[in-house]
Amino acid sequence: METFSRAGWMRGLRAALAITLGLSPFGLVIGVISASKGLSLAETLVMSGLTFAGSAQLVVLQLWADPAPILAATLACLVVNLRMAPMGAALAPALDRIRGWRLWFTLAWLVDNGFALFVAEMRAGRRDVAFVLGAGMGMWVNWMTMVTIGHSLGAAVELRPGHPIFFAAVATMLAILVPIWRGRGDMAPWVASGLAAVAASGLGLGAPWPVLAGAFTGAGLGAWQDMRREAAAPPRDAGA
Amino acid sequence: MSLRWDVLLAILGMALATYLCRAGGYAVLRATRPPRFVQAMLNHLPGCIFVAFLAPALARGGPDTWVAALVTLAVQVVFRKLALAILSGVGTVWALQALG
Repeated sequence: METFSRAGWMRGLRAALAITLGLSPFGLVIGVISASKGLSLAETLVMSGLTFAGSAQLVVLQLWADPAPILAATLACLVVNLRMAPMGAALAPALDRIRGWRLWFTLAWLVDNGFALFVAEMRAGRRDVAFVLGAGMGMWVNWMTMVTIGHSLGAAVELRPGHPIFFAAVATMLAILVPIWRGRGDMAPWVASGLAAVAASGLGLGAPWPVLAGAFTGAGLGAWQDMRREAAAPPRDAGA
Repeated sequence: MSLRWDVLLAILGMALATYLCRAGGYAVLRATRPPRFVQAMLNHLPGCIFVAFLAPALARGGPDTWVAALVTLAVQVVFRKLALAILSGVGTVWALQALG
């Protein structure tokens, strides 16, 4: 079976192109908000190109200030992108088959949608890791294009605060939540996360602390639930 | 096309932190088997992160925001199209502001 082929790269690229429409608004929003926060096009493109992580950039832009909040921005990326750690672990059956630059370079292109697409590939019996690279690069080109268009629009049209376009950021996250929902077991952790975040924000704590407080409160509760369920029921095989 | 030093430093911090999450997660989880509790927490983090970001924003918003949020969720649940869900949400805010 192929582990890193040109054909796999092409299949990933095609998969990314197929969801272009679903990806584009997020890049537009990031471009528009970057412009509204006073970032130049060059700064916006360097940030988007090197970070290539929409939700993290969204959080960073919410807390953006002049001079740039270096520590807060770094910390926010660390916290928001922590979700990528279990993604990499979930891809281990395929990633373990490659090494060296292919492994570490491919991991730089891991994004939520690419992850989801490759999980589907793995379930279909294909483990060609070049798929992740092709999908990531395809999404990156779309991302940079839409960020550029968004930045130009944002600079051309002066958006007042409360303009409906700003709801696109919230709408994007809400819509992404739907496929992440796994069932009723997510209910308590999500509610706890939301309450903790609102409480932290009500205490006057700025970003990223409400996100941090909510994420770890919710995930902690979820883990505690899982451990209790595991203790109550005979443990299933760890491969599940 | 200006590129300020403080902005560049922030971007490098963001890029480094993000790569550490992308690659470091696999590296650590491959080398060591973390405790079950940590593994279970990592499984729950993705959803909780998004909820924790959204909750304060929604709590601050008014009825317009809440209606638009429900429309966004409903459209995504029914059609499973991110672009359509986002457009519906923004369109709802637009319409409600125009009416109000």
